[in-house]
Formats: sequence, structure tokens, C-alpha cells
Amino acid sequence: MLEIIRTGRVYDVCVIGSGAAGGASAKVLTEGGLNVVMLEAGPMLHPETDYKEHVWPYELAHRGAGIGGGAFSDYSKTELFAPNGYWKIEGEPYTKAPGSEFMWFRSRILGGRTNHWGRIALRFAEADFHAHSSDGLGDDWPITYQDLAPYYDKVERYIGVFGSKENIPSAPDGIFLPPPKPRCTDLMVKRGCDKLGILCVPSRLAILTQSVNGRAPCHYCDQCVRGCKTASNFSSSQVLIPPAMATGRLTIVTGAMAREIVVNDEGKATGVSYVDKATRRDQQVRARAVVVAGSSCESARLLLNSRSQRFPQGLANSSGVVGRNLMDSVGSLGAGYIPALEKMPPHNHDGVGAMHLYIPWWKFDRKNEFLRGYHIEFMGGKTMPTAGQFHGVCQQHEGYGLDLKRRCKEKYGAFIHFGARGEMIPNKDTYCEIDPNTVDEWGIPVLRFHFQMGENEITMARDMQQTFRSIVEAVGGTYLTETKATGKFPHGLQTGGEVIHEVGTVRMGNDPKTSALNSFCQAHEVKNLFVTDGGCFVTNPDKNPTLSILALSWRASEYLLDEARKGNV
Amino acid sequence: MPLDITRRDVLKSLVMGISGESVLHTMPLQAAEQVHRMVMEERGQASRGDYAPKFFTAHAYQTLQLLCQTIIPPDGETGGALEAGAPEFIDLLTSENHDYQLVLGGGIAWLDLTCNDRYGHAFLECVAAQQKEILDQIAYRENGQKDPALGPGIRFFSLLRDLTTDGFFTSKIGIKYLEYIGNTYVAEFPGCPPLPES
Repeated sequence: MLEIIRTGRVYDVCVIGSGAAGGASAKVLTEGGLNVVMLEAGPMLHPETDYKEHVWPYELAHRGAGIGGGAFSDYSKTELFAPNGYWKIEGEPYTKAPGSEFMWFRSRILGGRTNHWGRIALRFAEADFHAHSSDGLGDDWPITYQDLAPYYDKVERYIGVFGSKENIPSAPDGIFLPPPKPRCTDLMVKRGCDKLGILCVPSRLAILTQSVNGRAPCHYCDQCVRGCKTASNFSSSQVLIPPAMATGRLTIVTGAMAREIVVNDEGKATGVSYVDKATRRDQQVRARAVVVAGSSCESARLLLNSRSQRFPQGLANSSGVVGRNLMDSVGSLGAGYIPALEKMPPHNHDGVGAMHLYIPWWKFDRKNEFLRGYHIEFMGGKTMPTAGQFHGVCQQHEGYGLDLKRRCKEKYGAFIHFGARGEMIPNKDTYCEIDPNTVDEWGIPVLRFHFQMGENEITMARDMQQTFRSIVEAVGGTYLTETKATGKFPHGLQTGGEVIHEVGTVRMGNDPKTSALNSFCQAHEVKNLFVTDGGCFVTNPDKNPTLSILALSWRASEYLLDEARKGNV
Repeated sequence: MPLDITRRDVLKSLVMGISGESVLHTMPLQAAEQVHRMVMEERGQASRGDYAPKFFTAHAYQTLQLLCQTIIPPDGETGGALEAGAPEFIDLLTSENHDYQLVLGGGIAWLDLTCNDRYGHAFLECVAAQQKEILDQIAYRENGQKDPALGPGIRFFSLLRDLTTDGFFTSKIGIKYLEYIGNTYVAEFPGCPPLPES
């Protein structure tokens, strides 16, 4: 199946990583006629056997709770989840500087984190590209919305995104498939929002409500995070890599942990050294250009580990920005109990794998106590029962017997969970660097994280909590989440990295002194080196990053293709 | 098992027929649905037989079974935690989790010692009224404020109650009891029945 790497072969492009960025690059480049070798640190994916779609919890000895109940504290440990996505990887640690907390979710599998993501596909807004010009913080992007819009169009047409035209300045419309009907919980939140003057509209998700390119439409089982055997949602592994394979020009090397990008005397990249995990041997693949797409922090790590006499601070890092400007989304969570939902008769509440409606940033037209914005996602209702679901009822009700059993049933489906995701402004105390004292089991130096949230993030989290509470109370519910204004996580602020939107570590810009890449994700210093994942972001607007990663990678890859045709790389 | 072979054959034919060239396979909807049904049938036929506990001693496991069934008992129409397989599930998780071993294994030992002190018997051998008396004390956090000696029992019962509800509500009968409708293939999402006033 997999091609054996011949030492003599020189590929046109080596793509490192197979997620959203790597998959988009592989598709565009191979369809453009280039020969591509793709390095993936995890194994091959076999959806028909790896995915636990439609499995009932009672079919599994651990009922979805994971070995030793591990999923109660770490959801990646449930055996129902799509494979190989972890908060902790045995043998591949990372470290945290004193006083810093950081969580890093990594997927070691073909398709990377696109196998596990929430499928929320939001465009950045026009204002998101020049926020610095409005409020003086962070930096502006070297591109505008108009530069990226054609690529949002291409991506949405190809992967399939549902939504509705709303003309909201903070949430631009896209090329949408029709949205599904709202769930009861969606309608309940909307009822509260309508009373409060908060926008609540059909969400935008990379899930098919109609057939696209031969992929079957969604069958509404609410299990996207388990992986979808019919490929009715977007993953790189099922949607981008198959067409690249079909060209006959893609070679995939799995179990390949990239450790260094090799450069020649002229300072051009000539290939990539990687550890073959199966044999633990050091291998090298040669290519005329290199696309780094291993996820923001892995990509920063690879560049920082690619030190040479010519590039003593790491590759493409004369500016010193690689690893800097790390951002996650500002996250805060809450839950409400809605007595009216207890009255709902039994009904199919499954739907797609995320919320059918959502709250886009709605306070863009006024002055707020904090800068930038956030959006709100919500779930709940009569979902498939899972291990852990009734712990809250047990805590509150206590006791035992028929009364407890009945109470659990009454309260089943009467809870709504909220998650807000807001824009974090980069700060000098938040970055990743190479830990000088620690290597992983492959001998590769690991990352050390520094992470601090600022005042703006804390004030934003307070507003998130107030909004959750006001919506729950507007529909006669009880808000259940208690947060403190002070302490390590004020107002329920989530740990850095926990939202899994980490970006910004290899940012683009016009000035080589303050950025690593130009506006086409091409390294200022190494013309045949590109970084097309979230590392290239300049800011991290309140939009889940995957759709923008796809659009940026698609755009960068078309540029690379064009440059290759002109003989410039 | 013949059914297993059939399923493998179906999977194989699907994979070869649909995407022989590709490294990745996506299934058309009907095929995925068919395979799912076959797997379900297979699971339904599996016989459980006598369960040999992995962690608990025979005596502790019997105590666990009684406690589970007391936490979620059967009613007129639906079985309880025992029929739902909660004790097997709890034993498996406990065999893999050192904290659970201390809280649950130690908790059952604490319960027996306490019952022995009070009533002269281990929990299982106590009469129903005695069992109820001690459980009514450890089933509520506020009792621990009045009598701190109940602390270990309260912590034990709280974890056991969590895991028992997990075992029950993730079982076939528990899911039926909740009247969950879903995990199906529908062409269109039906939407929500009329919402009540709130």
C-alpha cells in the first residue's frame, strides 16, 4: 500500500501533517500536478473499523467511561471518541513554565484533529482582519476579508457547510447548504435570547444536509465526534486526502515524527528528517518545497528545532517571533436547569453533532467593557444517555431508591450547557519555546508553554457568565454554574489550550522583523518553505479556526503551485 | 461465530466494491445501517453467563450487588441496576482504578466494620431495617456535619451512587426507561414538538 521511500527520490513538495492545513495543501498541490509526500506522526485511519458511530454504550464493557473511568476527568479517554486524539500522549510530553497552565490536545492519526473537531465553520469578519487599527492592540493581518473570501467560497463549496444568510457584520454569510430544523434546546435558548435582544441564528457547521460530491447527507445521529462512516461531516482524512490520493501523486508516510527541516548552503529547504516510529530509525525525505502543517505549536516546535549555522534561532526565525503570540480562544462554560423542558414528551433530539442554532457576537454595535467579541455554543436536552450524565442529579438529590430513579428520569433532558468562545489578545507572557532539558521518547526536544490571560480576557469571561445566566433565567430556569471573580480561573475562564484553538505561533505579516511568513504563508527567509496551519494567524477572532485554516492553506497552496509553475521555488 | 464471519464478509465486500483503489473508505448510508444492524443482532445474542469479579472478593461483590440494586431498584415495569449490569461495570472500572479501589473496596470494608460494631453482623447479614438505617445515614452529605465519623461512608456511597446510575442509565433497560429515542438513521431531522410555556 504505502510506497517505500527511496533515498534517491525527490518529491516536489513534502507536506508535514495531514489535518485541515495538510489535507488542503495535499489536495490543491496534487490536483495541480505536483508529486507530494505527506508525513503523519500517527497511523493510517480505517473509518469502517475505527469509528464507533452508532455503538450503544452497553455494547462496550466500559460503557464509554474509558479504562478505570478515565473519561470522567478526560473526555479524550472515552472509547467512543474517534481514535488517537489525546490530552496526554505517552512518551510525547510537553512542559509548562512555573506559574503557567496549558493544555495541548494532539491527534496522532491520518486527518489529525479534523477527526475530532466540533465541525463549527465560521468565517472571520471584515473587522477581524484590522482590529489593531480600531483599538490599537495586537496587529493587523497583511490580508483583508476580500483576499480570503474567494477561498472561503471554494472551501465551503467543496466540504459542505450549512447555515443561513443573516447579514450580520460580525459573522459573514457563506455558501450554505440549508440548515436543519432546531432542536428543543435550541428553541428554548432562542426564546430567552429573543426576550433579551440577543441574536440567535442557525449555526454554521461543516455537516452535509444535502449530498455533496458523492458524500451522503447527514443521518442525524449526533455523533460527529465519534467519526462519521458515511463522511457526512468534514474531516481531512475522508474529504481532502481521498481526492489527493486519487491523483496518484500523493505518498503518505505514517508513523513519521518530523524532527528537523533540512536546508542547503543557499538557505533553501531540501527535505525533512523524521523518526520512523516503527523502527525508531532516523529517515530523511527530499523535496523541492516544504509545507509545514503539523498544527500551530508542533509547527513552531519543528522550526525552532531546525537550527543550523545559518539559522541559529531556528528556521525562518530571525525575527524571533516563532513560538510567540500564542493565543487560544477565551472560553467559559455554564449550565442551566430548565424546568419547562421536563414537560417535553419523548422525542428524537439527536440531530447533527453540534448545536443547530448559535449566538454570534451580537454586541458589535456598542461600546463594551472589554475589546473584541465572543460567540456562544450550546448543547443539552434528551441526548443519548452517557456515563457521567446523572452525577449532577445524584449530587443534588442524594438518597437512593425509586425516588432517585424517578428524579433522574424527570430531569433527563432538562439541562442546557453553554460554551462561549471569545477573542484573546496576544501578550508577551504567552508563548511556547523549546524546553532545554526535556526530549520526547524519539529524542526530539519538546515544547515548554508560558500562558497568561489578561484583564480583557477576564472581563470578557465575566460577561459570558452574565449572559448564560440571563438566558437561563429568561426562560424560568436555574443557572447552576458557580464561578469566582478571583483565583486561577476567574469567571470560569478555561485553561489556555483547553478550547483547542491555539494559533499565532508562526504569524504572517508584511514586516520580516515582526513576522515569520508573508501573506501567502511563505517564510520571509526561506522561499520554498510554507506554514499553512493556524500558526500563521495574526489574531484569533471569536471564530473557531478550522474554516480559516482551510481557506488560508488553500490560498497558500495555490500560490505555491503558481510559483512552482513559474520556476520560483 | 457464523454471524461474525458474515459481518466481516459484508464489510469486506463493501470496502472492495466501493473504493478498491483508495486507502480510505466511506460507506454509503444503507450499507452503514445494515452493518450496524448486524452488529446489534450479534451483541444481542451474546450470553453473559456467570460473572467472575475482577477486583471485589465474593463477599464484597455480593454486597456491591445488593447496594447497586438498592440505589436503583426495579419497579413495576423496568429492572434495576442489577439487571442493567451495573455491578460488572463497577467491578471492571474498579479493577483498573486505584482510587476507586480505596474508596469502594475500602468503603465496603468500612460498611461491614460499622455494621458489625452496631448490629453484630456484616452489612449483608443485617436485617432490612438495620441496612436502611445505615444507608439513610451515609446517603446524605449533611449527616457528615452532625457525625464526622460517617465521612468515609458518605464518600463511598456518593461515588457508588454515581457509578450505579452510570451503569443503569447506559444499559439497554436504562435507556429504555428514559424513553430516549435516537441513535438512528433519519433522512431529515424531525425538529422539536411544541415547546411548553416557560
